[in-house]
Amino acid sequence: MSKNIFIDGKPITFEDGKTVLQVARENGLYIPTLCYHARTGPASMCRVCVVEVEGMRGLQTSCSLTPSDGMKIQTASQRVLDARKAVVNLLLANGNHDCLSCEVNGACELQDAAYHLGIETPAFFVKEYDERDASAAFIIRDPNKCILCGRCIVGCNGQVVNEVLEFGYRDSHTKVICDADLPMGLSTCVQCGECVQLCPVGAFIEKKAVGKARRWETHTVRTTCPYCGVGCQLELHVKGEQIVRVTGVEGAEPNQGHLCVKGRYGYDFIYSDDRIKTPLIREANGFREASWDEALDLVATKFQQIKQEYGPNALAGVSSARSINEDSYYMQRLFREVVGTNNIDHCARV
Amino acid sequence: MTNSFGEFKNAKLFFLIGTNMTEAHPVASYFVKQALNKGAKLIVVDPRNHALARKADIFAQVKVGTDVALLNGIMYTLLEENLYNKDFVEANCTNFEELRTAVMQYPPDKAAAISGVTEETIREMARMMASVKPGMLCYTLGLTEHTSGTNNVISVANLQMLLGNLGVESGGVNPLRGQNNVQGACDMGALPGTFSGYQSVTNPEIRAKFAQAWSVENLPEKPGLMMPDMMSGLITKDVRGFFIMGENLAGSEPNISHAEFELASAEFLVCCDIFMTETTRFAHVILPSASWAESEGTYTNSERRISRVRKIKEAPGLSKPGWWIIKEIAKRMGHDWGSNSAQEIWDNEISTLTPLVAGVKYARLKQDGLQWPCPTLDHPGTKFLHKGGKFTRGQGLFKGIDWTPPAEIEDKEFPFMLSTGRRLVHYHTRTQTARAGLDQMAPEETVDISPDDANTLGIADSEYVRVSSRRGSVKVKARITEEVPHGLVWMAFHFREGNANWLTNNAGDTTTKTPEYKACAVKIEKIK
Repeated sequence: MSKNIFIDGKPITFEDGKTVLQVARENGLYIPTLCYHARTGPASMCRVCVVEVEGMRGLQTSCSLTPSDGMKIQTASQRVLDARKAVVNLLLANGNHDCLSCEVNGACELQDAAYHLGIETPAFFVKEYDERDASAAFIIRDPNKCILCGRCIVGCNGQVVNEVLEFGYRDSHTKVICDADLPMGLSTCVQCGECVQLCPVGAFIEKKAVGKARRWETHTVRTTCPYCGVGCQLELHVKGEQIVRVTGVEGAEPNQGHLCVKGRYGYDFIYSDDRIKTPLIREANGFREASWDEALDLVATKFQQIKQEYGPNALAGVSSARSINEDSYYMQRLFREVVGTNNIDHCARV
Repeated sequence: MTNSFGEFKNAKLFFLIGTNMTEAHPVASYFVKQALNKGAKLIVVDPRNHALARKADIFAQVKVGTDVALLNGIMYTLLEENLYNKDFVEANCTNFEELRTAVMQYPPDKAAAISGVTEETIREMARMMASVKPGMLCYTLGLTEHTSGTNNVISVANLQMLLGNLGVESGGVNPLRGQNNVQGACDMGALPGTFSGYQSVTNPEIRAKFAQAWSVENLPEKPGLMMPDMMSGLITKDVRGFFIMGENLAGSEPNISHAEFELASAEFLVCCDIFMTETTRFAHVILPSASWAESEGTYTNSERRISRVRKIKEAPGLSKPGWWIIKEIAKRMGHDWGSNSAQEIWDNEISTLTPLVAGVKYARLKQDGLQWPCPTLDHPGTKFLHKGGKFTRGQGLFKGIDWTPPAEIEDKEFPFMLSTGRRLVHYHTRTQTARAGLDQMAPEETVDISPDDANTLGIADSEYVRVSSRRGSVKVKARITEEVPHGLVWMAFHFREGNANWLTNNAGDTTTKTPEYKACAVKIEKIK
């Protein structure tokens, strides 16, 4: 028999093993979250996802709340909204949340929560500001935007298991640190960018993306990483012809959102000024530019000549283990069908 | 890979041999570490004490090029102590007696003497693998880039069959492929003996099928040359015209001086690439191709998963997709091919001629793609191979393997063993990573040397030293690290200056011709 909970009076069927937050989200209901991420799981730290449950004392964190049959839940009672507002206002006070120039503007979960709670101006200002850490190659850390949700820490230790990030210090001095509070660029961090992908705010951002585009100016294209044989699924965030940032596709095989430094930050070789842009033919004193017709005619003529004079086996081809399947298929077709030799290989043996 | 990355997280035991995933396949290493956090066991066999070795329950720091002896020693223990999976072997494998005879030549004390791993460690590995099942065996080029590469691979297959770790989830023999589409290039028939889908060129029926599809009378039946023989053929003039697509052989081949001599000897060399490289210097014609984000297409990863690659921008200047360039050459040689896009090539040619992927069409390559074998349009793809112990050839074939040393070993004049590989932030000859800002994390090549040896030679960290082999000599910074043991030095091939391949040996495996990148003898000298 199916079991129901009642969210804001509406009956909703649920399956065992899910939390109230998951059931609400699957049914299109908005409950703000900050420390929760599908991969890092419930942490019950930020308390912005609280809900009121009939018969339970105190507000409950929906990210860790197990539903039971007949449970009656309020997600937007005055008590709930007041509590959330207090949480968000305190988080806003505890840093420098300058949305104007923030890279995450438009994709910030704290900004979303403030927006939905109708917070136009933060209620308090108390915090002294810390220095941004731009010492690493690809990641900028801005502790002033950090809300201490811990998602980066769970990601770094439990997901990619690079074991660099941790909470350091105590009480109001608590912050996310690299190793023994080293600048990221001097720490053991390998710049996989898991923390960037998991951060709900702008406390970890991609150096390469700074100033390139607002979040709403980009569209995403799913593709496959051009580096190793794991074949990670990438989401390219593109403005015009420019890749602004790369993220791992959450929930996708084989990488489940994870990437490494090459996959996440090694994309812009395609824009290099020294790309070969025309066919080139060698002359006595170097290469000269040529049209496709001239270059291709030359290749075809020389190949025919060699084939006629010395036989098809005097020609050989090496396909690319970097290129697409279709290119390799056509390379072997060219050599087998057109040249008439099986002298076709690639660098699998290298 | 017989199995899939998705199975890593639930694996109970990993046996990693000749693979440093942390640097070469970082995302795979995350899944290994996630499983370790959940209690999985880890055995690492490697000459280097790398990051995963440091997390291992058992780390066997094997001497370079002694894997067969070590693996035989493990299998000896499994047989002697009656720990192998008799049911699996009897039901699914043949030629067991040959294996037994070969393995019995390697009692653990002998395997220990050859491999440098203690007898006790060898026995412990066997016992742990026998008691924690299934176990996933993974390897990379540390196993294959040896003159004994084929034998090494057969040996790990022997081991997993003996344990019954094949045909099950979170088990298998799993080679992690180095390049994004090395699996696909093999699958597509860019190999001298097979058409797409490993259909043999020596089979007349297969040839007839392709000849009919391609509208030609007949197709060549003699397997062609492997790459190292193509290269040497440039000198002997057995090969006169050479077409290299997107490979920088002058940096990635062993013994660079020799490789460059071969390339310079080419009567007519055509290179198709996105950048000028060390190799294009020898070209007579260079054809500019579209890059990764400038053409539609597919890659196939290590776990046989066919995934889409998508175009987000136009290729610069006159650059064109590889398939267009090849098609135009064919046309000018009198063969007009019908397909006009990567999708048409896949849907109308590859999948119709290749039973392995007959069920794969672009329309089905949404989201997570499909893993071959995928023979029909309603087939969901295959997560792991040999389900229930059913092998492609029927029964799993054991093969008795004898250990052979590397082609070149240390001697008085060249007292160090050099092994090579890849580092995290760079990729091969850096044609891509050097143009994406990754140099700032690793700006030059180093020779990794143990504190012991550095001390004996009076070498300081970051001091430039000279490393020489019988084939060449480079000046390179020393990096003192406990990752390498006494007697071993380690280098990569990312930088032209200090590239390990000025030194490496082009002696190759007898079957695959894969060069012995992982072992050659060198000497280290202080620069006065």
